[in-house]
Amino acid sequence: MSQTTPLLLLEGVRKTFRTPDRRERTVLEGVDFRLEEGEIVALQGKSGSGKSTLLRVMAGLVRSNGGKALYRGQPIAGPVQGISMVFQSFALFPWLTVQQNVELGLEALGVRPAEREDRAAAAIDMIGLGGFEGAYPKELSGGMRQRVGFARALVMNPDILLMDEAFSGLDVLTAENLRDDLLELWRERKIPTKGMLMVSHNIEEAVYMADRVLIFASDPGRVKGEIKVGLEHPRDPDSPAFRQIVDEVYGLMTATTRTLGGAPAEPIHIGYRLPDATPNRMAELLETIAEPPFEGRADVPALAEFTELPDDSLFHLFEGLRVLGLARLAVGDIFLTPAGRAFVEAEPPERKRMFGEHLLHAIPLAARIRRVLDERRDHRAPEERFLQELQDYLSADEAERVLETVITWGRYAEIFDYDYNAGVLMLPEDDDEEPAPPAADQTQ
Amino acid sequence: MRPFLPPTIAVSQDLRPNLWDAALLPIVFGILALMAWGALQMDAPYDVGTPLPLSLDPANLPYYLLRSALRMLAALGLSLGFTLVYALLAAKVPALERVLIPLLDILQSIPILGFLSITVAGFIALFPGNLLGVECAAIFAIFTSQAWNMTTSLYQSLRTVPTDLIEASAMFHLSPWRRFWRLELPFAVPGLVWNMMMSVSGGWFFVVASEAITVSGQTIMLPGVGSYIALAIQERDLAAIGYAILAVLAAILAYDQLFFRPLVAWAEKFKFEQNAGEEAPESWLLTLMQRARFFRAAARLPEGMWRGVLNAMPRRPQRLRASASEWLLPRWLDAVWNGVLVAMLLGAVGWVSIFVHSALGWAEIFDVLWRGAVTATRIVVLIALASLVWVPVGVWIGLRPRMAGRLQAVAQFLAAFPTNLVFPVVVMLIVHFQLNVEVWTSPLMVLGTQWYILFNVISGASSLPSDLRDAAGNLGLKGWLRWKRFILPGIFPAYLTGAITASCGSWNASIVAELVTWGDTRLEATGLGSYIAAATSDGDFPRIALGIAVMCVYVMSFNHFVWRRLFNLAAERLRIG
Repeated sequence: MSQTTPLLLLEGVRKTFRTPDRRERTVLEGVDFRLEEGEIVALQGKSGSGKSTLLRVMAGLVRSNGGKALYRGQPIAGPVQGISMVFQSFALFPWLTVQQNVELGLEALGVRPAEREDRAAAAIDMIGLGGFEGAYPKELSGGMRQRVGFARALVMNPDILLMDEAFSGLDVLTAENLRDDLLELWRERKIPTKGMLMVSHNIEEAVYMADRVLIFASDPGRVKGEIKVGLEHPRDPDSPAFRQIVDEVYGLMTATTRTLGGAPAEPIHIGYRLPDATPNRMAELLETIAEPPFEGRADVPALAEFTELPDDSLFHLFEGLRVLGLARLAVGDIFLTPAGRAFVEAEPPERKRMFGEHLLHAIPLAARIRRVLDERRDHRAPEERFLQELQDYLSADEAERVLETVITWGRYAEIFDYDYNAGVLMLPEDDDEEPAPPAADQTQ
Repeated sequence: MRPFLPPTIAVSQDLRPNLWDAALLPIVFGILALMAWGALQMDAPYDVGTPLPLSLDPANLPYYLLRSALRMLAALGLSLGFTLVYALLAAKVPALERVLIPLLDILQSIPILGFLSITVAGFIALFPGNLLGVECAAIFAIFTSQAWNMTTSLYQSLRTVPTDLIEASAMFHLSPWRRFWRLELPFAVPGLVWNMMMSVSGGWFFVVASEAITVSGQTIMLPGVGSYIALAIQERDLAAIGYAILAVLAAILAYDQLFFRPLVAWAEKFKFEQNAGEEAPESWLLTLMQRARFFRAAARLPEGMWRGVLNAMPRRPQRLRASASEWLLPRWLDAVWNGVLVAMLLGAVGWVSIFVHSALGWAEIFDVLWRGAVTATRIVVLIALASLVWVPVGVWIGLRPRMAGRLQAVAQFLAAFPTNLVFPVVVMLIVHFQLNVEVWTSPLMVLGTQWYILFNVISGASSLPSDLRDAAGNLGLKGWLRWKRFILPGIFPAYLTGAITASCGSWNASIVAELVTWGDTRLEATGLGSYIAAATSDGDFPRIALGIAVMCVYVMSFNHFVWRRLFNLAAERLRIG
């Protein structure tokens, strides 16, 4: 094998799924990727952008519809022996002990009992779980469970370790510990692993661990940009150089396609993936941006620190504000638009009216729902009608989530209402009535 | 009992027996010896027509009991084998799933007692001149009362294995064979064990009902408790009935303590929960076995077998399939298969309607439909009455945790009791007080099944979250408002489970409840149950077939139009947490 063959090579990978009515939905489009020996690469992007699907293509769990996926120059046609994976949910077998969980992969490969026992014991010791070999996963804390997940992956002596949000199910301190332990094993070459790829939602985590951070765009998923992290391990998250890179990643994450100089941002269509953001939280965030210390324009990393929101929920709120035209993002900054400022200055009932206007204007799905309800004599329509339409663009689960979101937004704005028991959308009871007090975006 | 013990633990001194062994060995070997001896008795020469010697002497009861218990065990084993094959095929081969799952739905609603009369002739022909044929027919009847819900449970478990675990097993190169034994089956164990328990609980009723079989006008009585009771009824021997009741109670208790408790306690480790649960079920027998040296050592045998099973299939490199866990047919073959299915369906419908129509005529069909409506009315009314009684009682008990644990076991126990044992008493009462047969035989239908409502309500009420209870108290909810807003919605899913089980059981029970006898006294109420019962004792096949088909249609429409809808409603809107 020549020196130049990368560990993993993806070229023009494309993945489509079939919707129930036999239409194609593209999840990945033209993805190029390469993982070299000695590299840690992080993959960043909004949830639902196809990162996890991409990871599964590399793992050999999902077959791509087009393009090439090569492991050491060989096409990936199924789970490969040199690639191991650590899961967000740990994916431990609850009826197997720690030892048995770790041995499982070796057992499946037909490794002899004595040997796999030794190897598993060594892996368990290495990851710091010595003494817990006989415990069942349910007896362990979350951090210890994920350590089992790592031991199970590392005992296979993988060339490549894939991590699917491996740290996001853990509390901050535990995640930090585990990351440091893993990095130590990696730097001191205690594990034969040659390359690591992590999907992450946490920008700081990505910059802390990775040599390169790739930014992923959604619908369809593709690589939008890349940032190199040229810092020595161990890295100091408080150093100016580190903050600088974090800023860059935030900047790239918040940049719309247009500001990158590529094709103009695609117009929002009916199947647009509404972000997971509630109107109340968006309003709160707007107020935070309007007030000191930000005074209408906030540096994104600073805002993230100030609000203590996790990166992915913050980006969902940004996206919501952006599509509604209440705020705008420019490299690394978010600032209020005139509409956003007017919104902050208005009283709650007036805010609802404004929100409704922006909603009907900017979100085609909301406009469609309102029009259908207006046209129908009884002003009611079953949710399935809209769900079906959404499923042309989104998976069934996503379609449901998006409809739920637009219902929450519509209820807040009082432009339509929803009967949970009947699963029916309808116009609000009485349009002329005085709007309800602000907490109206909750069910009862 | 612990097949996953790492092999290092077994050291030679482990083989020395300890005190626990002393306690356990006699029990286990005693059971094994009894079972072997009882099984040998099944294979006996027999010609149709010769009456089998049977006596009401209570000294014979233990022997009869053993025979009945063995039949139950054989049927359970059969059900388990059937379940594994059927559920696996349905879950893994979409082309078969299309047939197998609706078929299961139908099988589930066929009255079991109707099966017996149709199948017994075939089984006797299979073993000419031997009692084994009749024995098989009885076991088959019990099997049909046990298999379907176990199969449904396994199928549902197989379809709901968490994706991350499926992905993990692919990532770690588990072959489909190994994945089944390491992931899918363990995942299904708790549900399967619970359903086995429910099956056996319901099975006692059919053991009692299926031992006295009528073939071409002649009654064959297999040695067993059921036949003992049938004989006692013929001879109007009330004392014998009493003995039989005691004997069956003992058998249920033994099954529970020696078989299910250990099984449930063992299955606990397969529960798919990430946190150590509240109280794990315990079994003295399992604890004994886990502590006894001999059994720990003996466990190496099943453990070795288990490893043998795991390694039985050669390893092959995995390839990507459209779906990791299913075998799909090519499209054109799939289309052909659909065509075959539709053709078979049309053919069957045509053939059955011609057959029934030529043999019986429309008038009879409408009459049977009418009888079905009568039985349906009885069941609805009685389930409603039983609910009115048992929901308040169950809630009262369920909200008192200490009492709930014990009484729930009692209710479960009562549900297992074959109520056909007490029918004679009711007949005597009806005759003595000259009551209306149409009305007063009806309670027999829910006599055994009402307990399902009770113990489900108890379990529902006891699992109402305590913070909700505190909140309800804090808000001052009282009286009807407390029931309407808090208790009834809270227990509804559990109640529904109980009511569905009770209603299905009642349909089956109607066959023995609408036509009851005590010596020469014969009480018959109008209804579908009595129609099937009468046709069965006459050996009138077209009528049996019609009766069964109509009952099947009623049960399925009930399930589809009432229960399933309510169940979805409960699952979606009222699930707590």
